[in-house]
Amino acid sequence: MTRKQRRMTIIGGSLAVLALAAALVLNALRDSIVFFSTPTMVAEKHVEPGKRFRLGGLVQPGSLQRGDNLAVTFEVADGGAKLPVTYKGILPDLFREGQGVVAEGSLDAHGVFKADTVLAKHDETYMPKDVADALKKQGHWKDDYGAKPAATTAQGNPQGAVR
Amino acid sequence: MIAESGHYALVLALGLALIQSIVPLIGARLRDVALMNVARSAALAQLLFVGASFTALVMLHVNSDFSVANVYENSHSMKPLIYKITGVWGNHEGSMLLWVSILALFGGLVAAFGNNLPLSLRAHVLAVQAWIASAFYLFILVTSNPFLRIANPPIEGRDLNPVLQDIGLAVHPPMLYLGYVGFSISFSFAIAALIEGRIDAAWARWVRPWTLVAWIFLTLGIAMGSYWAYYELGWGGWWFWDPVENASLMPWLAGTALLHSALVMEKRNALKVWTLLLSILTFSLSLLGTFLVRSGVITSVHAFATDPTRGVFILLILCLFIGGSLSLFAGRATALKQGGLFAPISREGALVLNNLLLTVACAVVLFGTLYPLAMEVLADFKMSVGAPFYNLTFVPLFTLLLLAVPFGPLLAWKRGDLLGVTQRLLAAGVAGLVVIAIVWAWTRGGSALAPLAIGLGVFVIAGAATDLAERTGLFRLPVATTLHRARGLPRSAWGAVFAHAGLGVALIGIVCETTWNSEYIATMKQNDVAHVAGYDLKLDGLFSRQGPNYREMIAEFNVSRDGETLSVMTPSKRSFTTRGSSTTEAALLTRGASQLYVSLGDATAEGAIAVRIYHKPLVLLIWWGPVLMAFGGVLSLSDRRLRVGAPKPARAKQRLQPAE
Repeated sequence: MTRKQRRMTIIGGSLAVLALAAALVLNALRDSIVFFSTPTMVAEKHVEPGKRFRLGGLVQPGSLQRGDNLAVTFEVADGGAKLPVTYKGILPDLFREGQGVVAEGSLDAHGVFKADTVLAKHDETYMPKDVADALKKQGHWKDDYGAKPAATTAQGNPQGAVR
Repeated sequence: MIAESGHYALVLALGLALIQSIVPLIGARLRDVALMNVARSAALAQLLFVGASFTALVMLHVNSDFSVANVYENSHSMKPLIYKITGVWGNHEGSMLLWVSILALFGGLVAAFGNNLPLSLRAHVLAVQAWIASAFYLFILVTSNPFLRIANPPIEGRDLNPVLQDIGLAVHPPMLYLGYVGFSISFSFAIAALIEGRIDAAWARWVRPWTLVAWIFLTLGIAMGSYWAYYELGWGGWWFWDPVENASLMPWLAGTALLHSALVMEKRNALKVWTLLLSILTFSLSLLGTFLVRSGVITSVHAFATDPTRGVFILLILCLFIGGSLSLFAGRATALKQGGLFAPISREGALVLNNLLLTVACAVVLFGTLYPLAMEVLADFKMSVGAPFYNLTFVPLFTLLLLAVPFGPLLAWKRGDLLGVTQRLLAAGVAGLVVIAIVWAWTRGGSALAPLAIGLGVFVIAGAATDLAERTGLFRLPVATTLHRARGLPRSAWGAVFAHAGLGVALIGIVCETTWNSEYIATMKQNDVAHVAGYDLKLDGLFSRQGPNYREMIAEFNVSRDGETLSVMTPSKRSFTTRGSSTTEAALLTRGASQLYVSLGDATAEGAIAVRIYHKPLVLLIWWGPVLMAFGGVLSLSDRRLRVGAPKPARAKQRLQPAE
């Protein structure tokens, strides 16, 4: 093999691997992406039952009800609209009424959001109502992933609540 | 006084870094030895001053000096001493100070142990190192000063985030930073080589140990972080594919590729330009990770826009260093001479394949991390890219890589014999197939892919063992000769065997945990018994206890199997009064490599409590694998050839170097 042929082999191999990766990524993008919605967005756009998405908002104070066998229902609100949520399991430590929450799941036939995962937002500092309202109005929502204990996600400075 | 001294020391460190950025370069241009040597003393002095600054912050935290904003916001006088110390880097300002301290530490190490480097190379490396340091000192002093005072000091602090009050915080961030920041050395070496326009095999020999050190720490840091998340978050997950984790995985993938390409460069003087590029990319990914984590851009693009000072500053640093280094690379790389030739089927070819798959896998992770951000900025909708995406993209690529791993070390340099290697790997392949058959027959349920994946893990481990057997002549030669050969093998060869086997071990753990994990969630009252994977867990009762800065409720479980009592497990739920928040402390019972995992939910009014119990088969292998890899790295580092500053062996020429 000449130097040129060898180089072509390597370049060809690289292109093949890159093409493979691109194909895998495009394929994965079709159906493994989960979109994020607030109750208002759910009300505005018609989301078909069974389609998975992430629902974010505040847990409506007074809406949390515990049923038998770890079943819970609560409402997620964002100032504009409310959406009832059902969940079965243990709620995270940071889950609290009046605080931010992100739940993953889908709507059932009656328009109730059946969550299979509930992620509480990471900051544990109480979020004042007006701040939350302002955030809601401007759509400043953090779709934080659960509480990951890395120093890197350490929060707790006063800005933490506002961010 | 301590705060002011710490602040002042940091300013002095910036001053020293600026001197170190410029003077050695002038010295190198003028070929002035004295000016070039400024780099060495400046780097050591810089380390001293940053060290003083860091020590000052630690002292402030230990003394609970709440007149300092950073201490007030992240500490509490009742907090145990260890968490007062670790709390120093449990917040933005402190962790950035740790970042620059480690950067200065690596600079200091090069200065102290780099005596065998050519003088101008050392001057250039330390100057580049000082550029990075200057940028980050400025960042800290301008946007994130940890020594700011509060005008009216409060009496008590706001305490540290309870999730972070764990021994994991003592180990994980420093390890991770030692890894992240350690790659700055190979970056500086690459830039120095580009400036000097000269690069050779000796360059690779100098770079490899530094890369290896960084890689070992990063491997352990990631594994440690994963184990911490596993036991602290209370639901037994150990990897979430969240951007913070991806930020550390990407430099690891690129760094692993760099380790392998530096090997080709050192042994065969080939792949020079590619190795340089990888050095630059690896550290660029570390910087990108720092940006992603530190700017708040992950939490929300909007949050980034509302408080932009920090984010924009790091983004500028990022653009300056990545853009600058890549332009320098584009301008100068062609001037570097290309090295040795090799056939596609050869050790070099295998290492190119390794690099290709690792970098492409890294690119996929990068895409998955940045795509949601880009979509939020450009199209204004939010989405998340999670495990399903990576299962469809990263996993196939890594499977290909794992299939190729056993072949690489068995191929000869320059021109390899694939058929011969396949024959030698026959035993390993058969071992894999037998395991697939056994697992298939033995288990019911679960994914059909699980036995295949376990077989692949066994193949990787057996492949590593084959490599060792081939080199020592096991089964072919008398035992005494084999032992003699095993002793004579270079440590780096042993290192490769362990690191590759570690991959297989981790894979088996991952597959077993995800496939045969059993979960039990219920509300339990006193004397209720839960049956999980053959274990009986009886709730003996609930107790409460007062800790130093929290109250905790402990549930006591009596664990038995087949009527025989094994142990008592005591998961608890802690509520921290200062922050009004609570954490779940899971209880773990280790049986071999498997674990029983109990964590608590909320208590109900009737005295019952929500309980989550998992049995996780072979879960510990997930972390033993990386530990094995890191051990391989340490063995390789202790290889005479790579020892930093080791004198050359006198009889190196006469002894036959075993090929590896």
